[in-house]
Amino acid sequence: MNAKERMKIPPVDMPEQDPKERVNNLEEVPLGYTPEMAMLEARRCIQCKTPFCIEGCPVGIDIPGFIKLIEEGDFKGAARKMKERNLLPAVCGRVCPQEEQCQLFCTIGKVRKDPCKSVMIGKLERFIADWDREQGEFEQPPSMKPSGKRVAIIGAGPAGLTVAGDLIKFGHEVIVFEALHRAGGVLVYGIPEFRLPKKIVQYEVDYLEKIGVEFRYDYVIGKTIPVRQIVDDFDAVFVGTGAGLPRFMRVDGENLLGVLSANEYLTRANLMKAYDFPAADTPIVKGKKVITVGGGNVAMDCARTALRMGAERSLIVYRRAEEQMPARLEEIHHAKEEGVEFHLLQNPVRLVGDDKGWIRGAEVIKMELGEPDSSGRRRPVPIEGSEFIENTDALIVAIGNSPNPLVPSCFPDLEVTRWGGIVVNEITGQTSVPGVFAGGDIVLGAATVILAMGHGRRAARAMNLYLSSGRWVDLDSALDLCRAEVH
Amino acid sequence: MYQLLHKEKLGPDIYLYRFRAPDIARYRKPGQFVIVRINENGERIPITIADVDTEEGSITLIIQAVGKTTLQMAQMRKGDSIPTLTGPLGEPTEIEKVGRVLCVGGGIGIAPLYPVARAMKDIGNHVTSILGARSANLIILTDLMREASDELIITTDDGSEGQKGLVTDAIRNLVDDGEKFEQCITMGPPIMMKFVCILTEKLGIPTIVSLNPIMVDGTGMCGCCRVTVGGSIKFACIDGPEFDGHKVDFDELMARLDTYRSEEKNALERYSSHAGCRLDSMSEGGSR
Ligand SMILES: Cc1cc2nc3c(=O)[nH]c(=O)nc-3n(C[C@H](O)[C@H](O)[C@H](O)COP(=O)(O)OP(=O)(O)OC[C@H]3O[C@@H](n4cnc5c(N)ncnc54)[C@H](O)[C@@H]3O)c2cc1C
Ligand code: FES
Repeated sequence: MNAKERMKIPPVDMPEQDPKERVNNLEEVPLGYTPEMAMLEARRCIQCKTPFCIEGCPVGIDIPGFIKLIEEGDFKGAARKMKERNLLPAVCGRVCPQEEQCQLFCTIGKVRKDPCKSVMIGKLERFIADWDREQGEFEQPPSMKPSGKRVAIIGAGPAGLTVAGDLIKFGHEVIVFEALHRAGGVLVYGIPEFRLPKKIVQYEVDYLEKIGVEFRYDYVIGKTIPVRQIVDDFDAVFVGTGAGLPRFMRVDGENLLGVLSANEYLTRANLMKAYDFPAADTPIVKGKKVITVGGGNVAMDCARTALRMGAERSLIVYRRAEEQMPARLEEIHHAKEEGVEFHLLQNPVRLVGDDKGWIRGAEVIKMELGEPDSSGRRRPVPIEGSEFIENTDALIVAIGNSPNPLVPSCFPDLEVTRWGGIVVNEITGQTSVPGVFAGGDIVLGAATVILAMGHGRRAARAMNLYLSSGRWVDLDSALDLCRAEVH
Repeated sequence: MYQLLHKEKLGPDIYLYRFRAPDIARYRKPGQFVIVRINENGERIPITIADVDTEEGSITLIIQAVGKTTLQMAQMRKGDSIPTLTGPLGEPTEIEKVGRVLCVGGGIGIAPLYPVARAMKDIGNHVTSILGARSANLIILTDLMREASDELIITTDDGSEGQKGLVTDAIRNLVDDGEKFEQCITMGPPIMMKFVCILTEKLGIPTIVSLNPIMVDGTGMCGCCRVTVGGSIKFACIDGPEFDGHKVDFDELMARLDTYRSEEKNALERYSSHAGCRLDSMSEGGSR
């Protein structure tokens, strides 16, 4: 088949649960490709000589390579190829913002002038990862001579898990300390089941355990064990504690009953299984009408969770316009299909409650777009006198998260930026403290799963070199030399 | 898993538990708490650590059964295990030599107060303690508190032990008798802490309170535990649980504690009718 013929094949849609049906359950929304669908979609890839898609991938997966194997029906080979670079393909295939990464650079998408019409790289990634998992075969990685070095990883989010998976394969002893009672970070406490089934995350964690990673749950480093102690007891440390500090709006009435941070709402719903109350013990605020403030993935997750918790109306209130929403296009699309109402260019300025302290409404001001700000987006400006009251039974604040301050606050030697992110060498993930590396949301602020994994991967390579050479100064250039020798 | 080494009934619905948790025992300081989760579907609840035994590697929790989780705990036997004990969380109490210290504990709040009183005395303060409850059988740790104090006063609403009246009456009496205090620490039901704070503010005694809002993670991640202190939002699990009592908005705290009241009541009723066990207070016809 020549390139012209390939380009004529329209994108293969992934079947999805019907919107009316799915708001009544927690099952995943997209149902996955069949092998036939995947092989047809794979045929749309023209195997560019210079594959720009790879440049768009923060972990550099050989995209045309694995797609070719799918087309040939060699799913095992495709899975292997993908896993060379990505520890969590089943996760990334579901939650990566592909339209801003690999699919943005795809030639097919450029020809069709729409990254949503590119080769469906994310969907193929998901297909292969799911197929591989369903085979249930456990492949023990080639065993390495034990190095005798011990590594501590603080935080079991995607960044920490990636470092763990890489370093165990280099023969180091790896212990992951996690504050919560389950591993996965945002993947288990934040992102809902209908978008990322928890069993997928658990499968990956089980795999890491099988290949020798040790997990210690309920360890809040800085509290259960002082950070200094960890640094002294281990040969190297990776800090991947994420961006778990919820931001509030700082408006009157924010402590009313029925006002929750997105983190609280989603943690109750996901990690604590409040959807199953009273069979599970954790309750959650329910309301006939629920407002979610914000425009990112987190806000979409809250608004869609509210529907599944029985809300008759679920509103997104966002101060900018739809084009400026940071959420993945697919999330916005799914939210709309399910009936989430988008109230754009609006911003709550005050929350009002009843005599028992429960929220009853939000005073909202309308906004218009003014001059572009430093991020290049047109700045929303309040329209004076446009305030009105939007009644509500509950309000979820999903306006962002900041780096988790716990580890830095009890370890003053660790340099942080003004907004609380740990300062690192971009190539190696080295922090200001010798032996300590960091990556993911604790460095970037609330970012993405794949960027966290990219950080983890880079840090793991640098940590391995540090552990074997003992070299801390100029580790980045040493790393460059190693890479040059390999190529 | 964290094993229950010892359990003992201290009063109606009040139990002492000693769990094996060597790492928590090693680094815990007075004033800190743990998050407890008793089974796979369990909620995460905060409990202040009443004591530790570093040799045994254990921590002591004193818990009043008031809802489903705490009633289930009351059914536990020595040797049973729970999946989650996280801690020690929160900032420890600032233990300083200031002179004369007044410790005021109400009901189950006497449990977290005990280690603080003892540390205050050990460092050389003169400690006067007031323990209050509705009735004599709800006063706990009297002997330990007596050891940890230079002077101990007990008050009960019904006069069944000590002075009849409220802890605030006892404070007023002491001050009327010319006693002076450099510092007050109070732990107990929010309504009691509120009135202690109103009084000590008038009397000019700096007062520390330990707050007990609803929590989920206990690590500063969810903001469920937020309280207003001096007009700004604080997370009790990370910034507290102890705060300057004169600055705390107790009315907001009390309202927020009621967020899930009807859900909690339903869960408790379902559980007790299903499991055939009840709170002592239910059989007595009491409310809580
Ligand atoms: C609701 C929601 C939806 C999202 N949707 C998407 C999406 O669709 N696509 C996407 O790419 N990204 C999404 N993100 C962002 C993405 O999840 C994060 O960027 C990513 O998880 C960051 O990974 P991390 O490993 O740095 O940190 P995290 O995933 O935050 O993990 C940090 C871990 O460290 C633990 N920890 C913290 N402090 C300590 C301590 N002191 N001791 C021990 N452990 C500690 C935490 O409990 C946590 O488990 C979403 C985020 C949220 C909240
Ligand atoms: S309990 Fe979640 S932030 Fe305090």
